[in-house]
Amino acid sequence: MSTEARASTFPAADWDGGVLPYHVGHRKLGMWLFIISDSLTFSALLMGYAYLRASNNWPTPFPFSPSIIFSSVMTFCLLSSSLTMVFGVSASSRGNRAAARKWILATILLGLTFVVLHLFEWKHLIDEGLRPFFLPKHWVEVFTTADGTPPSPLFGATFFAITGLHMFHVLTGALYLAVVAARVKKLKHEDVEISGLYWHFVDLVWMFVFPLIYIMSVDVGGVTKLASG
Amino acid sequence: MSAYPEAHFAGSNRLFSTIWIFLLLLTGVEIFLGYKPMPIHFMLTILLGLSVIKAALIVAYFMHLKFERLSLILTLVPALVICICLFFVFFPDSFRSSGLRYKIKEPPPVTKSDKE
Repeated sequence: MSTEARASTFPAADWDGGVLPYHVGHRKLGMWLFIISDSLTFSALLMGYAYLRASNNWPTPFPFSPSIIFSSVMTFCLLSSSLTMVFGVSASSRGNRAAARKWILATILLGLTFVVLHLFEWKHLIDEGLRPFFLPKHWVEVFTTADGTPPSPLFGATFFAITGLHMFHVLTGALYLAVVAARVKKLKHEDVEISGLYWHFVDLVWMFVFPLIYIMSVDVGGVTKLASG
Repeated sequence: MSAYPEAHFAGSNRLFSTIWIFLLLLTGVEIFLGYKPMPIHFMLTILLGLSVIKAALIVAYFMHLKFERLSLILTLVPALVICICLFFVFFPDSFRSSGLRYKIKEPPPVTKSDKE
């Protein structure tokens, strides 16, 4: 039997071309690849943060109110926005585009609530005196160790860089979803699903930023508040 | 075969709501642990473990990866995990550089607080 004759009897395999080996369209696969690359960006930033934290005297300045309360409510908003987004994608798959638009608009609203709360949190820290390479004076007094090692002034740089990049992703996602909501009746279901993938990724990143940046920096005894008077 | 797969989105709203409640509960546990006195390495391990569980739930159910083809999962997940693990190669150096650093006794630059 010749090779050609045998080859013609094989059924079309996933990798022979002309079919979708992953059973997803090229745009969805593209979004997955973007998410993988963006995950590596955030991983590198968080690893850099962990490196600096381990090699320095790192301040733990976040009081329960307002920092932890705000960041917890922000987490609730993002998690809830993921739920509304998945409801929107589910409605879109059933062909109910009006319901999909309603859920996507709810997602945008929750995302913007997250951004507003985050900006309030930033303002509070900036008012206290935190800058990318400077610490508030009372933080330095409180967090200088017994052997005289002062806290690292890089706290602000890592905080503003990581949370700022994440906030930029949330804002971009809200804009993206606004376009999808406006054109939802013209778009394919897969396009709605792709926008959902991006939004869930933004939520996923916060699941690492919240414990590593906020929970690991809780001011348990409220010493910074006492020092600031 | 059509150029695009037909619309399919497995999972019910009830299932997604259950996952959401579970994610909120895990977040509550994280906040609770933040106020429990324990060694920082121990706390870091627990918090990262909880974060990985939360991320896995989001990817599997909300991002629908659990319902995709195994070939897609095997293409995306192991490569990402290996790359992130490779970042950890640098991490032990942080302890070394901490020990080598010249001990600065001068206070770092500060900003003036409004409350001064």
